[in-house]
Amino acid sequence: MSKAIFITGGEVIHPTSTEHADVIVRDGVIEAVGRGLSAPDDAILVDARGCWVGPGLVDLHTHLREPGREAAETIVSGSQAAALGGYSAVVAMPNTEPALDGIMSVSYVITKSAAAVVDVAIAGAITVNRAGHDLAPMAELAAAGIRIFTDDGNGVQNAAVMRRAMDYARTLGVTLAQHCEDEHLAEGGVMNEGEVSARLGLLGRPAVSEDIMVERDIALSRLTGCPVHFLHISTAASLRAIAAAKVEGLLVTCEVAPHHFTLDETSLENYGTQFKVHPPLRTRGDREAVRAALVTGVIDAVATDHAPHADELKELSFDEAPAGMLGLEHAASLTNEALGIGENPLAFFALLSRAPARIAQLRATDVRPLTSAHGGDVVTGEDANLVIFDPRQNYVVDRNALASRSRNTPYDGRSLTGRARATIVRGRLVVNNGELQ
Amino acid sequence: MNDSMRGRNLLGIEELSATGIVEILDTAESFVEINTRSIKKVPTLKGRVVASLFFEESTRTRLSFETAAKRLSADVISLAVASSSVKKGESLKDTVATIESIGIDALVMRHQASGAAVQVSNYVPNVRVINAGDGQHQHPTQGLLDVFTVRQILAARAGTSGRDSAAELFAGLKVLIVGDIRHSRVARSDMLAFGALGATIKVCAPGTLLPSDMSAWPVEVVTNYDEALQWADVVACLRLQRERGTGAYVPSLEEFTRTHGLTVERYRRLDPRTIILHPGPMNRGVEIDSQVADMTNAFMTTQVRNGVPVRMATLYLALSEEDSKEKHE
Repeated sequence: MSKAIFITGGEVIHPTSTEHADVIVRDGVIEAVGRGLSAPDDAILVDARGCWVGPGLVDLHTHLREPGREAAETIVSGSQAAALGGYSAVVAMPNTEPALDGIMSVSYVITKSAAAVVDVAIAGAITVNRAGHDLAPMAELAAAGIRIFTDDGNGVQNAAVMRRAMDYARTLGVTLAQHCEDEHLAEGGVMNEGEVSARLGLLGRPAVSEDIMVERDIALSRLTGCPVHFLHISTAASLRAIAAAKVEGLLVTCEVAPHHFTLDETSLENYGTQFKVHPPLRTRGDREAVRAALVTGVIDAVATDHAPHADELKELSFDEAPAGMLGLEHAASLTNEALGIGENPLAFFALLSRAPARIAQLRATDVRPLTSAHGGDVVTGEDANLVIFDPRQNYVVDRNALASRSRNTPYDGRSLTGRARATIVRGRLVVNNGELQ
Repeated sequence: MNDSMRGRNLLGIEELSATGIVEILDTAESFVEINTRSIKKVPTLKGRVVASLFFEESTRTRLSFETAAKRLSADVISLAVASSSVKKGESLKDTVATIESIGIDALVMRHQASGAAVQVSNYVPNVRVINAGDGQHQHPTQGLLDVFTVRQILAARAGTSGRDSAAELFAGLKVLIVGDIRHSRVARSDMLAFGALGATIKVCAPGTLLPSDMSAWPVEVVTNYDEALQWADVVACLRLQRERGTGAYVPSLEEFTRTHGLTVERYRRLDPRTIILHPGPMNRGVEIDSQVADMTNAFMTTQVRNGVPVRMATLYLALSEEDSKEKHE
C-alpha cells in the first residue's frame, strides 16, 4: 500500500472545464478533489502551483525495442522516458524482433512490463511477422487484452490483405492502425520528395505515397465497417481526406507526431540523420496544415512515434541510417507550444490523454486486462493516473541527459516550454520535481 | 556564398559565388603550365598530408586527385575503402576518425551516399574536406573543370586568356545539359557552376530522368531536343547508368538513344563550333555515338587533362590561410 499523495494549488483540467482544486490520491485511486482540502498526515506533498493537474498522458505510438533491440531501448528505459514526459501509459508497437504477432512474444512483453514504471498496453501485428501476407491470430491476441493492431514500420501494402484484416477485426471489437506509405511509391526514399530532396540528391518518399494509402483505407473502412486509426499523418492532403471521412461518419481516427507539426524538410539541409524519419518531415505547408488541424477536430491525438536508435546506426550515411527519432520526453512540451504556451489545457489533454485512451480502449469503461484506467476525468474514485504539468517551465534539451537509452532526438539544444513536474501511475509518484523517483 | 574557398571545404558548388569560382579557375590556370614542364612538381604543399578516401571505386577521379596532390608535393595517403576491410555499415564517424588520427590536412572523399562528405566534414572540423562525388548530390570538381574547359576554349577562340576574361565569356553562353539529370551529381554541380557564372542553361531528358522538382536550379526544362541542340553553344552529355536504361526509367537503351542520344545525324546538324562535353566514362552508342565522341569539338580528353590543375587549385586553396581581410571582419 503506497503513501497518500497531496497535490496542492494546481488547476484541475476536466474534459470541458478547469477548476482550482487540491487532489488527494490514496491506494491507487483519486480519493478527493476540492478546494482547500487539508493534507493527510502521511501524504507526500506535490506543489502544483502554476501547474495543470490532468489525466496522465497516453502515447498511442511507442517503440520500446524489446525484445530484440535492447541496445537502443528496453521496456524499462522506455517507460522511464515516458514517465518523465508525463505519460502514465504507452502503447508498445509490435515491430520488435521477433514481432508481436503471436501469444508467445506478446506474453514476453506482458511479463517484462511488470517492471515498467508506466502502464504498457500492446499493439499486436496485423499480419504474421508484419510481412503483409497472412493474418496474425488477432482473436487469440484480442482475448489476451490487445485492442489495437498494426504492422507499423510498414503499412499493409496489399489492399486485399487489408480488406480481409478489416473483415476479421470488425467482429473482435478491435481497431486496425495503419502506417500509411505505399512502399512502391516510397521505395528507396529517405526524405520527402520535392525541391529539397532534388537539390540534396536524396531519393524522395512522395507525399502521395501516404495520401493514396489513406484514401484506400478510408474506402476499405467504408466497405467493411471496421474502425481504422491512421498513424503519424504528415500531409495536408491526407488530413483533407480524413476530415471528409469524418464528415461522412466513417469510423476513422488519426494521430500526428510532434515532429510533423514542429519540423519540416528544410531541417535536412545538413544531412543530419537525426531528422530522418518515416513518414518523412514534409514541406512547410504540410507542417502548418498539421499544426492548424490540431484544434479543428480532424486530428484526434498527438502520438510520439518514439523510435530509439543506437548512435552507431545514426552515424551511418544518410541512405543507410535507420529512420526514426525519439519523442516521449518532449512531445508534451512541443504540443503545449503548438497550442500556444499555457493557453489551451482542454485541447492539450484531449490530444495527449483523453482521445488516445479512447482509441487504445484504456478508459474506465473499457475492458482492460493489461492496464489500469487512463484518460479519464480527475474525480473521486478514478484510477490515479495523473500528470502535474507546468506549462510555463523552460528547459533546454540535452541529448546526453535523456532517460532513453538512445540519443537520437532532433531537438538537441533547443529551448522548450512546458514540462511534467510530477507523474503518478496507479497511485504511485514515479516522477516528482521533474525527476524519476 | 563565399568569394574565396581559401581555407575552406569544397562540398558543393552552391557554397561559391562567381568570384569564388573565378578564383579557382584562375588558380588552376596558373597550374596548367606546371603540367607542361618536364619536372611536373612544385613544393607548394610540401609536408602537408592529403588522404584520399574512396568508398566507391573511381579510378579516374582518384588518379586525377592523387596526381594533383603529388604535383603540389603533398604526401598522399590512399585508402580504397571499396576494396578494403571497411564494409558497408561501418560508422562513417569511426572510419574517418581513424584516418584523422594518423594526422592529415585534407581529405578527398568519394561516397555512394548523398551528403556523406557533408556529414564527414562535421566529424573532422580541423581537416579540409574536398567532395570527390557523393551519391546523386554533387561532384564539384567535375563542375569546376567543366567551366574551366569551356572558358579555356572560348578564350583561345577569342584570342584572350581565361584569366583576363574572368567570367565575361559566360555571359549569354547557352548551355544544354542532356540525359540522366535525375541521378547525376555532375549535372547538379554543372547547373550551379555554369549558372553562377552567368550562362543560360536548358536541360532536356525523358520525364523519368528529371528530378521531381527543378525549382532549385536556374534552368529551363525543354522537351524538343533537336531544337535545343540548334540553340546551344555547349552540349553537356551525361552518362546513362545502364541499370537505369533497362525498363525502369526508360523502356530501352535503344529508345533512349533515339530520343536523347547524340547521334551522328544530330551531330551533322550542329554548328561546328558547338562544344561537346561528357564527364566520362562514356557509354559509346548510348548517350553519345562513338564517332561523335572522337570529333574535334568533343572535348573529353581536354576535360580529363584539366582535371589535374583544377584539383590542384582546390587542394591549394583549401589548405591556404583564409584571406586576412575576412579574418578581421
